[in-house]
Amino acid sequence: MKLRVLAAMSGGVDSAVAAARIAEAGHDVTGVHLALSANPQSHRTGARGCCTVEDSRDARRAADVIGIPFYIWDMAERFQRDVVEDFVAEYAAGRTPNPCLRCNEKIKFEAVLDRALALGFDAVATGHHAKVVDGVLSRSVDPGKDQSYVLGVLTREQLSHAIFPLGESTKAEVRVEAAERGLTVADKPDSHDICFIADGDTQGFLAKRLGSAEGPIVDERGAVVGSHQGAHGYTVGQRKGLHIDRPAADGRPRYVLSIEPVSNTVTVGPRAALEVTSITCVRPLWNGPSAQQDVTVQLRAHGEVYGCRFEERDGALVIDLDRPATGVAAGQAAVLYSGSTVIGSATIDSAA
Amino acid sequence: MLPEAIEAMTEQLGRVGNASSLHAAGREVRKVVEEARETIADALGARPSEVVFTSGGTEADNLAIKGLFWARRPRKRVLLSSVEHHAALDSAAWLADSQGAQVELLEVDEQGRVHPDTLRAAIARDPGDVAMISIMWANNEVGTVQPVQALAAVAGDHGIPFHSDAVQAIGQLPVSFAESGADALTLTGHKIGGPMGAGALLLARGVTPVSVQHGGGQERDVRSGTLDAPAIAGFAAAVRTAVKEQREHFLRLTGLRDELIDRVRRAVPDVVLNGDPVDRLPGNAHFSFPGCEGDALLMLLDARGIECSTGSACSAGVAQPSHVLLAMGAEAAAARGSLRFTLGHTSTHDDIDRLIEVLPAVVERARRAGLS
Repeated sequence: MKLRVLAAMSGGVDSAVAAARIAEAGHDVTGVHLALSANPQSHRTGARGCCTVEDSRDARRAADVIGIPFYIWDMAERFQRDVVEDFVAEYAAGRTPNPCLRCNEKIKFEAVLDRALALGFDAVATGHHAKVVDGVLSRSVDPGKDQSYVLGVLTREQLSHAIFPLGESTKAEVRVEAAERGLTVADKPDSHDICFIADGDTQGFLAKRLGSAEGPIVDERGAVVGSHQGAHGYTVGQRKGLHIDRPAADGRPRYVLSIEPVSNTVTVGPRAALEVTSITCVRPLWNGPSAQQDVTVQLRAHGEVYGCRFEERDGALVIDLDRPATGVAAGQAAVLYSGSTVIGSATIDSAA
Repeated sequence: MLPEAIEAMTEQLGRVGNASSLHAAGREVRKVVEEARETIADALGARPSEVVFTSGGTEADNLAIKGLFWARRPRKRVLLSSVEHHAALDSAAWLADSQGAQVELLEVDEQGRVHPDTLRAAIARDPGDVAMISIMWANNEVGTVQPVQALAAVAGDHGIPFHSDAVQAIGQLPVSFAESGADALTLTGHKIGGPMGAGALLLARGVTPVSVQHGGGQERDVRSGTLDAPAIAGFAAAVRTAVKEQREHFLRLTGLRDELIDRVRRAVPDVVLNGDPVDRLPGNAHFSFPGCEGDALLMLLDARGIECSTGSACSAGVAQPSHVLLAMGAEAAAARGSLRFTLGHTSTHDDIDRLIEVLPAVVERARRAGLS
C-alpha cells in the first residue's frame, strides 16, 4: 500500500538514508526538517549539537537528491517548553532526565505526528536505529547503535504511525549506502550529547539556568564531608568533581548516592552503596506484547541489560534485578524487553 | 526567461572580450553593453549615463543605502519604510549596528502605505541630519503601491537623496525615473523575464554614492567589477519587452487577479485580503487565512500542483511572521497564516479554477492541523 509519509530529516546520514529508502519503496514521501532552536548557530562544531543552519541545508540537499519535497517546521517553542524546560525542571527536582527520549515522546511522535496526521499523512519516518513491525518496537541489528531505549516511551498509538527504515542495517551499512546514493552527508560525524547544549557543558548550562546555592555534601551517616554550589550539578553514580577535602575512613573513593533538592544536599558513599537490586518506577506504559518470563531491563541509554522480574503495585512498577546495578538515577527510563522486543517502559523513581 | 532575453543573451555567450578592453573584441562587447544601457534608459525615462549595472537588486539596494549614507556623512539619519525588502532593511540595520547610523522606520497604514505626511514629519524632526531616504515603489509581499512621486517630492524639498527599490514595479506599473523625482532606483532582471545576476541602480546625475566594492571603477567609478555582457544584453531585452507590454500585461493580470480575489473570498468567506484592494501590483493577491499556518497551506497546495509563497523565509528557512504584515498592524498569528498568490505571463483562468477546486478542503485541513 502506498502511504503518505512524513520523513523527519535532521541533516544527518541516518535520516537521509531512511527517507531515501521509503521513497524508493514507492511511498509518497515529504521531507521535513524540525527547527528546534529559535536562534540556530550557523555551523556545527564537531559532533556536538544539531539543528544548525548547516544541518537544515544538508537536509534540504538530501531531499533534493532523493527528489522529494522538503519543508522546515518550526518546533522551537514546543521544544523549548516540552524538552528544554522539562530538562531543567527535572534536574531542579533532583532527577536525571533523558532529553532525547523526551523529544521522541513529545516532539517527533506527538507534536510532529499530530500535525502530520492532521495534514493527511499516514506515518512519520525517522532515521532511528530500531525496528518497528506491526506497531511492535524492537532493537536494531546494530547493537552499538540501537536506539530502541529512547523510543521505548512511545505508546502503541504512536508506534502504529512510526516507520524506522534502518532497523535491519548497521550504521556502517547506512554510511556505505548513503555514499552509493550520492548523499553527501555520508561521512558527517554522528551527533552525541545534548543537542541544545552546544558546548557540551551541561553543568554550566544548568548553573546558568538554576543559579548556584551552596549546600552540604554528606556521607551515609549524615556527617558533612564537603560543600557544593548546587545539587543540580550532580548525578547519581558520579565520582569525579566532588571536591571533598576529607578522605573516607576506609580511604576508598566516594560516589554520589543521592541528591535531595529541597535541602540542597548531596549524599556520597562507597561504590557498594550504589548497588541496587530493586527499582521502583512510576507511569508504567505497556506498548508491546505481554511477557513475564525471561524479561530484561535497560536502565539508561547504551547501558547494560539486566535480567529481572517485575510487578505492578498501586500503579507503580517494581523491578527486581537478577544482579546489582549501579548508578541508577531517578528520572531515567527503565525499558523492559523480551528478547530484543520492547514490552513496556516506566520512569525510575527510586532504587534500593 | 522571455524569448527575447534568451536570444539577446545567447547571442553574446560565444563572444570573447571584456567591455573595458581597448582592442577590437573589447570594443564589440562594449558596444553590446552600451546599447543595453541605452535601451534600459530609454524604457525607464532615464539617461544612459544614469544606468549603473549591478549583479541584481540586492547589490543595487546596498549601494544606494550604504553608499549614500557614507557620501552624506556626518549626517546620521536613514529613513526607510517599515515594509522594505530585506536587502534594504538589512543594509540599513548594518549601518545602524556598525556605522553609527540612526535608522528610523516609517510607519505604514493598514494597507502598507507610507503617507507623505509621515515622511514630512519624520524629516522635520531634524532635517539637516537626514543622510538618505529609501521607500520601495511597490511592496513585494502585499503588493501595495507607494506614492513614490509625492514621497520623492517631500525629500526633494529638503535636498535629501531619495532611493526607491522598484524591483517589483518594472513591467507591472508605468515607471519613469525622471518623472518619479527619485535620485536612485533599483531594478533587477530576473523579475521581468531576464536572467538572474543582472540588475541596475539608476543614479541621477550628480548623485554619487561611496562605492561598496572597489576595483576598476567600471560603472561611473561607483561600481567595480567586470561587466557580465551577455546577462546585461538579456536584461536589457527583458526591460524593453516588459515595459513595451506593461499596459497590456497590467490590464490582463488585473482582471485575472480580481477574479482570483473574488473567487477566493467566496470559497473561504473569512479570508482577509491584505494590501490595497485597488492600488496594488496587478499580479499580486495576498491573503490571511485565520486559524491556518501558512506553511501548512503551502505544503498542501504544493502537493496539489499549486505553487504559492508565504512571505519571506529567514536564513534557517524557518518562517517568521512577515515584518510587512506586522508593520501593517496584523497579529503575529494572522501574519503566520498568510499566503501570496502571484500571477504572471503564463497564468490563466484554468489556474484559478484549479485553485478554487482544492482551496476549501486545503484550508479546512490546515485549520485542523492548527497553529503549531
